[in-house]
Amino acid sequence: MELIQKEEVQKVLERFLNKDVYVHLETTNGAYASHFNSQASNVGAFIRNVQIRYKQVKIIGSTSFRVGLKMDAGWMYAEGLTHWELDEHHRLLLAGHDAEGRLMVACEISETPFK
Amino acid sequence: MEQHQHVVIILPHPDDESFGCSGTTLKFREQGIPVTYLCGTLGEMGRNMGSPPFATRESLPEIRKQELLAACKVLDMDVQMLGYRDKTLEFEDTQQVATHLKSILDELRPSLVITFYPGYAVHPDHDAMGAAAIEAVRMYPAEQRPELWAKAITHDRRDVLGEPDIMYDVEAYFEKKMKAIEAHRSQAEGMLSQFRESPQLKQLNQEAQKHLRYEEFYKWTF
Ligand SMILES: [Zn+2]
Repeated sequence: MELIQKEEVQKVLERFLNKDVYVHLETTNGAYASHFNSQASNVGAFIRNVQIRYKQVKIIGSTSFRVGLKMDAGWMYAEGLTHWELDEHHRLLLAGHDAEGRLMVACEISETPFK
Repeated sequence: MEQHQHVVIILPHPDDESFGCSGTTLKFREQGIPVTYLCGTLGEMGRNMGSPPFATRESLPEIRKQELLAACKVLDMDVQMLGYRDKTLEFEDTQQVATHLKSILDELRPSLVITFYPGYAVHPDHDAMGAAAIEAVRMYPAEQRPELWAKAITHDRRDVLGEPDIMYDVEAYFEKKMKAIEAHRSQAEGMLSQFRESPQLKQLNQEAQKHLRYEEFYKWTF
């Protein structure tokens, strides 16, 4: 993955406009957060291979980015994104990592289902 | 160490076997006892992607699969991947997973099964895998039932469960154990550094050493 280039990612996000796409959306602070620090709570959510269709999309930010997808009847949103990749299956992978390289958030879009 | 014919380890993640019972595995293998690892998932939801990132959410499973194969090679044990998905094991039907495990145990006929101690294993997948493994072993009539050792890792384990029944000092195998852990390159460094930084484990270097040097288990009574 590479650091997010806003303009390039915006272009790729627009390729999926008005198409039925599969998404993976995830946020996590790890399953061991409270094991290693009793002050912390384990927090996380993910949804995978859910089909959506969005009609408007923006990526906003400077070093860490937010993405918002507007659908007919709702929104999808991710914050804290730092890296991106268009993989060999033409899937757009966006992720936010902390300083140690641990994933904190992921937002992925694909025209075919994720494995 | 008692004489066993075949040992089966049932844990959910690539690296659980190396952190948790690789010294024990090496000890069994040295005695020529076959050991098979049934690995529940591919750790698909692991968080360590590297800095700069060398893995993505989508490429991680294959990377971890290769790491698992490499670690099992170091430990000289067989491995079967069960195909569940990381973080979802606790939402599977326990009886169904137990039946799946039992069908594999029927083939392998182990004399000893090692798994996590449900409720004392920190990660929900650990608890769920342990619970299913215990159910699978419970299905055997008492006279055919393999022995079962459960691994507890919560900080309060000793206060609640008492002293473990089995405690191996695996110092003699430490170098190989670290090699197995390091085979899980994508996750090991993150895990080891969390150990080092944890306020819970301040004297960590000592504590981690102890945690890695002594492998302890509770004997399950059915
Ligand atoms: Zn684990």
